[in-house]
Amino acid sequence: MSKLYTGAEIVFKCLEDQGVDFIFGYPGGAVLPIYDELKNHKSIKHILARHEQGAGHAAEGYARSSGKPGIVLVTSGPGATNVVTALTDAYMDSVPLVCISGQVPTHLIGTDAFQECDTTGITRPCTKHNWLVKDIKDLAKTIHKAFEVATTGRPGPVLVDIPKDIQFNKFSYSKLKKQKKINGKTHNFYTQTNIDELIKLIKKSKKPIIYSGGGVINSGLEASKLLREFVNATGFPITSTLQGLGAYPGDDSQFLGMLGMHGTYEANNAMHGCDLMINVGARFDDRITGKIDEFSPKSKKVHIDIDPSSINKNVKVDLAIVGDVASVLKNTIKKLKKQKPNFSNSNKSNISKWWEQIQKWRSINSLAYINSEESIKPQYAVQRLYELTKNKDTFITTEVGQHQMWAAQHYKFDKPNRWMTSGGLGTMGYGLPAAVGVQIANPNKLVIDIAGEASVLMTMQEMSTAVQYSLPIKIFILNNEYMGMVRQWQELLHDKNYSESYTAALPDFVKLAEAYGCVGIRAKTPEELDDKIIEMINTDRPVIFDCLVDKVENCFPMIPSGKPHNQMLLGPKDQKENKITGKGKTLV
Amino acid sequence: MSKARSAYSISGKKEKFDTHIIVVWVDNEAGVLARIAGLFSGRGYNIESLAVAEVDKKLNISRITIVTTGTPQVVNQIRLQLKKLVPVHNVADFKREDKRVIFKEMALLKIVGKNEKRDKALKACKKFNPVILDKTNKSFVIQITALRREIDKMIVDLKKFGLVSVSRTGAVAMTRGAEIFK
Ligand SMILES: Cc1ncc(C[n+]2csc(CCOP(=O)(O)OP(=O)(O)O)c2C)c(N)n1
Ligand SMILES: [Mg+2]
Repeated sequence: MSKLYTGAEIVFKCLEDQGVDFIFGYPGGAVLPIYDELKNHKSIKHILARHEQGAGHAAEGYARSSGKPGIVLVTSGPGATNVVTALTDAYMDSVPLVCISGQVPTHLIGTDAFQECDTTGITRPCTKHNWLVKDIKDLAKTIHKAFEVATTGRPGPVLVDIPKDIQFNKFSYSKLKKQKKINGKTHNFYTQTNIDELIKLIKKSKKPIIYSGGGVINSGLEASKLLREFVNATGFPITSTLQGLGAYPGDDSQFLGMLGMHGTYEANNAMHGCDLMINVGARFDDRITGKIDEFSPKSKKVHIDIDPSSINKNVKVDLAIVGDVASVLKNTIKKLKKQKPNFSNSNKSNISKWWEQIQKWRSINSLAYINSEESIKPQYAVQRLYELTKNKDTFITTEVGQHQMWAAQHYKFDKPNRWMTSGGLGTMGYGLPAAVGVQIANPNKLVIDIAGEASVLMTMQEMSTAVQYSLPIKIFILNNEYMGMVRQWQELLHDKNYSESYTAALPDFVKLAEAYGCVGIRAKTPEELDDKIIEMINTDRPVIFDCLVDKVENCFPMIPSGKPHNQMLLGPKDQKENKITGKGKTLV
Repeated sequence: MSKARSAYSISGKKEKFDTHIIVVWVDNEAGVLARIAGLFSGRGYNIESLAVAEVDKKLNISRITIVTTGTPQVVNQIRLQLKKLVPVHNVADFKREDKRVIFKEMALLKIVGKNEKRDKALKACKKFNPVILDKTNKSFVIQITALRREIDKMIVDLKKFGLVSVSRTGAVAMTRGAEIFK
């Protein structure tokens, strides 16, 4: 008979087989057998968070910066409910997470036992799939399947709920057999005819635009390379969603910057005026499209996506290509090069008028702001941070709010997996724990959380994690003493009634840093900013950087609620003529 | 006020709602019905009726028949979202008007009253394959199979003949002819 292992041992056997090197977690009664087993598995290191939400976001940061799934381990009841925000965040942004939760023993399930909750019930809508393992025989199979579901197709979080008795029960373990597909589900559904149609559209277009998204990053490094090749081979302009930043170099001349609610004037106008839109791994999210019935009215729309349910969900498209973007791009480039070896040159005159138009939009310089000698403008702070760190292969995470948008606008990424932000769910408190995970995955790299003072307080306790594991993350707070994004909307929509958006009684962040055992730095004037940033970069310990910025700066450009892409607010002076009216006010 | 309904709604123009019958083959495992029902409620889709039972003991497969209404775009989303669920093997989708498919519901009707009234009730059910499942000198339990709207109408019509209780299933569906769904 083959050797018998306890459920807890089987959990680790599975994790080892899957090549897991880090677990982010927090112990409790219902997972103690698993924690007890930890000591016997030296290749797997456990990172103790200070809150299960923090563990979840750290695992997300780990996953997004490494391309590997993030592993979370939590106890039953409150451990499981605390991780729900991170699971939902990962679900919205397609981040592969495998969450293992403890559960009360099987004979107590349904009795309202101590720390019992319906974990699979609660997490059903925020995971790709979840399992309650009720039989030790199913444990290994289930965990391996969980990894497969999390990492294949459109990635996402999964959860395996393991009752405590199952962790003690014994069963044999057989090594992981690589399966080809789940349930007969493959991911490339496109045909050569689809590619031919795409090429026909490419050749015909006079006003093309490529709109790329997080799918390119999720597809892997190869996809980003192919995207660059594709843009190069076509000579087309390219814009990116928030999640797609870094797939294409942010400082390249064919790149129009980010699109959407706070996207550039040229990107949004090009989206509005194009005759061909090639969506590569993005999902026509409402922050991107603005008013949907006036969205890009005259274009043929092509949508390349691995998730069939993304097609025609928000925007009807003319050509759907369901598949992995790397595979689709590879095929398209090959065919195009075969048919027209020198397409980008031969096609130049075809789209030269379009490029002229784009240059005109560009010359508006929509990211411009009025700088100041007295106070630090938040945009200026991000720009200086970029200039002083761009040669360092820096990893940036963010919280949610104005600072997040300024980071997206002014920090230029030239590699994938360097930009971690909560886009779909917009979770304040994401960036600090995510930075912990990023630093774990990238030990010698510079990792900076561009933060807002309100957001960062939501998961500040994870500074303690950073100190414990000597993770020299940098928390760069653009401190405007306001929930700035809320204040901005109240200014635009609610007659400057700044209801509850001022953050009174803020802690002294420098002292707070010291209390955590890390380093606090404060910058008050534009003059001292560079020196302080350099001091931060040169500090080989976790830093909280309190950057006191202009308190009333707003984030522009902006597509106001209820408006299409071609009606952007460019700056403070532009507000009057373009006031948000009527139903636009009720939108979020 | 701007004429736009909403900037982030799917479409400003009203699209026609159709009734669709969606057949789903799933692993017969704990929680699978909750996943399906949760998908519908979570995404704001309609469920008019739902019928489910295991159809293949060996493969452990259940067949779920869901009647839903929605615009073509929404029904398409329902189909694609269902397909993404891990325990779902296959999804078929038909318009209610589809002539190639038979839809049927079953109802149990309890009639209480005098003999002649009960006979009238039974007569009224004639078209819908009535079977008397239980009989006392005061009551009948009649089983009928029919379309949803036919049963709706019977329920109204039988009130006057002493209908006191109704229990009905959701619709189940089957293709006509030798063809099968899969
Ligand atoms: C958990 C959570 N609660 C509430 C919100 C709504 N919200 C979005 S931005 C924001 C303000 C963020 O303030 P801060 O972190 O200071 O960033 P700033 O906008 O000032 O740069 C709030 C409250 C949210 N996104 N997440
Ligand atoms: Mg703020």
